[in-house]
Amino acid sequence: MSWLVYLVGAKLNEVRFLKYFYNSILIGCLACCCSVSVFAQEQDTISTTTTLKEVVLKYNNSQHKKHVSPAPVQTLDGATLTRLNSLNVADAIRYFSGVQLKDYGGIGGLKTVNIRSMGSQHTGVFYDGVRLGNAQNGQVDLGKYSLSNMEEVSLYQGQRTDLDQSANGYASANSIYLKSKLPDFENEKKYAADLTFKTGSFGLVNPSLSFDYRLSDKLAARISSELVSADGEYEFRYTNGSYDTIAVRNNADIKSYRLEAALYGNPSEKSSWQIKYYFFDSERGLPGAIVANRFERPQRLWDQNSFVQGEFRYEVSDSYFFVIRGKYEDVYTRYVDPEIVSLDGILDNRYNQKKYYTSIVNTVKLKPFWDVSLASDFEESTLDANLYRFAYPKRFTLLNALASNFFFKRVNLQLSVLSTTVYETVQAYDSADDFQKFSPSVLLNVQPFQNSDLRLRAFYKNIFRMPTFNDLYYTFVGNTFLRPEDSEQIDFGFSYQHANPSAFFEVQADVYKVWITDKIVAVPGANLFRWMMLNLGKVETTGVEVGLKSSLKFTADLDVTGMVNYTYQKSIDVTPGSNSYGDQIPYIPLNSGSATVMAGFKAFQLNYSFIYTGSRYSQKANIESNYVQPWYTHDLSVNYTFPFFENPMQVGVEVNNVLNQQYDVIKNFPMPGRSYRLTLNYTL
Amino acid sequence: MKKFLLLFVTVLSVYSCRTDDTFSVDDDIQQPEEPDVESVLKGFYVVNEGNMFMNKASLDFMDFESGEYKRERFKDANPNEVGGLGDVANDIGIYGSKMYIVVNASNKVEVLDVKTGEKLKQINVDNCRYITFYEGKAYLSTYLGVIGDPSAPQGQVNEIDTTSLSVTRKVDVGRQPEELVAYNNKIYVANSGGYSPPDYETTVSVIDIPSFTETKRIEVGINLHRLKIDDEGDLYVSSRGDYFETLSKLYVVDTKTETVKKTFDLAVSNMTIHNNIAYIYSTEFNYFTGENTISYSKLDTKTETILDGSFIAAGNEDLIQIPYGIAINPDNEDIYITDAKDYVTPGDLYCFDSDGEFKWKVVTGDIPAKIQFVYQPQ
Repeated sequence: MSWLVYLVGAKLNEVRFLKYFYNSILIGCLACCCSVSVFAQEQDTISTTTTLKEVVLKYNNSQHKKHVSPAPVQTLDGATLTRLNSLNVADAIRYFSGVQLKDYGGIGGLKTVNIRSMGSQHTGVFYDGVRLGNAQNGQVDLGKYSLSNMEEVSLYQGQRTDLDQSANGYASANSIYLKSKLPDFENEKKYAADLTFKTGSFGLVNPSLSFDYRLSDKLAARISSELVSADGEYEFRYTNGSYDTIAVRNNADIKSYRLEAALYGNPSEKSSWQIKYYFFDSERGLPGAIVANRFERPQRLWDQNSFVQGEFRYEVSDSYFFVIRGKYEDVYTRYVDPEIVSLDGILDNRYNQKKYYTSIVNTVKLKPFWDVSLASDFEESTLDANLYRFAYPKRFTLLNALASNFFFKRVNLQLSVLSTTVYETVQAYDSADDFQKFSPSVLLNVQPFQNSDLRLRAFYKNIFRMPTFNDLYYTFVGNTFLRPEDSEQIDFGFSYQHANPSAFFEVQADVYKVWITDKIVAVPGANLFRWMMLNLGKVETTGVEVGLKSSLKFTADLDVTGMVNYTYQKSIDVTPGSNSYGDQIPYIPLNSGSATVMAGFKAFQLNYSFIYTGSRYSQKANIESNYVQPWYTHDLSVNYTFPFFENPMQVGVEVNNVLNQQYDVIKNFPMPGRSYRLTLNYTL
Repeated sequence: MKKFLLLFVTVLSVYSCRTDDTFSVDDDIQQPEEPDVESVLKGFYVVNEGNMFMNKASLDFMDFESGEYKRERFKDANPNEVGGLGDVANDIGIYGSKMYIVVNASNKVEVLDVKTGEKLKQINVDNCRYITFYEGKAYLSTYLGVIGDPSAPQGQVNEIDTTSLSVTRKVDVGRQPEELVAYNNKIYVANSGGYSPPDYETTVSVIDIPSFTETKRIEVGINLHRLKIDDEGDLYVSSRGDYFETLSKLYVVDTKTETVKKTFDLAVSNMTIHNNIAYIYSTEFNYFTGENTISYSKLDTKTETILDGSFIAAGNEDLIQIPYGIAINPDNEDIYITDAKDYVTPGDLYCFDSDGEFKWKVVTGDIPAKIQFVYQPQ
């Protein structure tokens, strides 16, 4: 990773400075309470400075990366994730600015993100460097991904600029990177284990287990497994100010099971590989919209997802390395609706997606200040469904990305161009046309002054999202003439970081504009009884994002970290001839934000967070009957860590939505009021 | 840290402006016509479907006496009704002093007092579609007789006593029945079979009212929807086709012989029959332009021939994006057409005179679907 060292080199002074700061703060705070693994290190290795330095450096690196990255980056690391009241990735994403979470409520409810008002299909979600996809509807349910096996969650606006990424790293308007936990051994121990049990409101029973085993110096294995079971029931208040009643959310139960098994190899200094098997199986009720006279619905969903993915890295020389990645994925979904009975009985739709993916990335250092990377991805996706007049589509996607990074002392520039080639075939009826396009992007980070505290950044990116299989082929609704939905973004921002031995302060701010054209929307179609997908919409978004973070160390035993994020988004429907021309698009608040305070005192941690989402409209017209109230929740948690049979045991209590606010994120999908969670965690 | 706290407090105080009371009634009254106290008609109700899961069904009233068009009549008259009118109001009918609103996705029929709009009773019927009346009874079509029984794909017609307001009898008909009429001691109901494509239904079910049994199925065409009756006892039945190869058509069924006597190659979206003229509009969609071509035609139900020209004056067709509901004022023959636009924004109601010239327009609720005239009390 010499290129990274080079990059870091420019900032060496500051890194050293920060290291000093973190050395002192981390021993006092992180080590005693942040994450259990860090705790474990503190327990046994408090004198082993090497381990500690790694922790410190890691922390530094993510801060530093944020500072010099040409693309705005937001990151939550494992330690912070444990402290925030979060069960899954969707819960954690709420703390980022620029993000609107679409949450249909409850533990089993669908949770997707809409970043910078572009729509969830524009966001690429990557798990350990490989994209999680859903060719059927183009969106990833982030509620499905548990945080119990997550080391880091990051959001990149524009694109990630690391040159080890595959071509699809360049292929979306913004990206969420999920990094799973790696085997973590103390000293000479051959194994590590982590047992967690969570329980609380909604009948939640959530045991999880991870086990790391060192097979040799060059080979380690990790197994992580989890069960989530909940009846999902909660009381909610249903009122419009005139009528007022209390009801219980029904058919919101979920049972899900996750298993991950991975092998990590490190055959030499120059090479590394990993291979992972992932399995997820769930059954859940779909509680549906609450409407007059309908407080209970019978629809059910089964979801089974398995994949094998692997990565091999080889550093051939100081100036050349390559990465190979591959994946096979199988997604099975079954939807049952007893309210629709046909000649074949109850409606029982089954969908099966398969995906094959390979990627090779070649990166060359042409000059000490100049790296060039060529990444090529090939992907084949198929969708089978037991639907009437289904096309059985197969999509071949070939992505080639040429990217070039320039690092100068005070300037850091990425130029990239992505070529997308799509061939589509169907077994029946019509297929979409083949497609080819080049998409450029430019990203820049500049240090304007001698002092490295302030860095300016800017980027331009033009990209698109392909129509999904549902957009193209869904019986009656799909339209094979669809073009991709285009996005164009410009962003200007800055990062200010300042540290002294007892304090760290940071401001991240961006202003941006996003233009979405050829937006794929459903419109009344061929006759009164059909909808049809068309490239009709145009949306123009102007946004501001501000993030503040400050860490203060008062005494050796007391430290406080505060974070504030604010987002302003004006997202206007500018579709020519639209009935709602000039109106704010649905579910995008003008103002939203979050504030978090995390305090550590000896073995205690106290965390408070506040999340605010301003008023929105549930449909296109900005009229009173579509108005959705702002909502804001206050969440509290306390963790206490103590030795138990010589190993750390952590007990945590959370109270979420402390003030019991009754709110909807999506109209007619009521969210839970006050809820509780108890966490027990034991590491050995 | 102080900075943070300050900011935080500011955030809290500035944005904690959540109003507790969101209930409000749109008092934005539109006045498209001059007050007319002499009018034979008291006015008409417009029922707005609202998009599914949005729970936005609503009721508007055009009051000829005051010349005013008032929104949200149901909410106004029944502020404490939990959830309001509900999700997707599909049909409206008046019989005597009572008004019946069929709220499809809320599985209910709301029975209201015509004069005040106040709720009298709610009748729960799953997946109910259309309503008609005959000799003291209301007849209601429902997509499925039993919910969740895999061996029961057929629909039903329910009989509701208009005095006790309860379901008295039920009869199985074809799958997913739509519009229905009662005539000469019989009920004719158009079966669609929409849940089992491509095995659509092709028949009109005939129910004998005294015995309340299905006595016959008249073979007509696939995927039937609209069903109106003219003065001679002929049924005008629209077939939606299969949306692909089989095109939409209009059939004329003679109730004396209970057979199809005439077929028109006309894609009927909706129609109404007034004074021996069927006013029909058809919608055709162009895949390439993404636009609908809409035509407005008249059909003479006596001669059973399509009359030349449009019933909307030239140039006025462009006003309407998606015509949805249609009615003819029985008094002055004004033509009312509702415009559902893109289904997700409030619609419009257009009034044209009998020559098709534009008179006025008002803003309605979302997806204005059906117009029901109210006569002055005798």
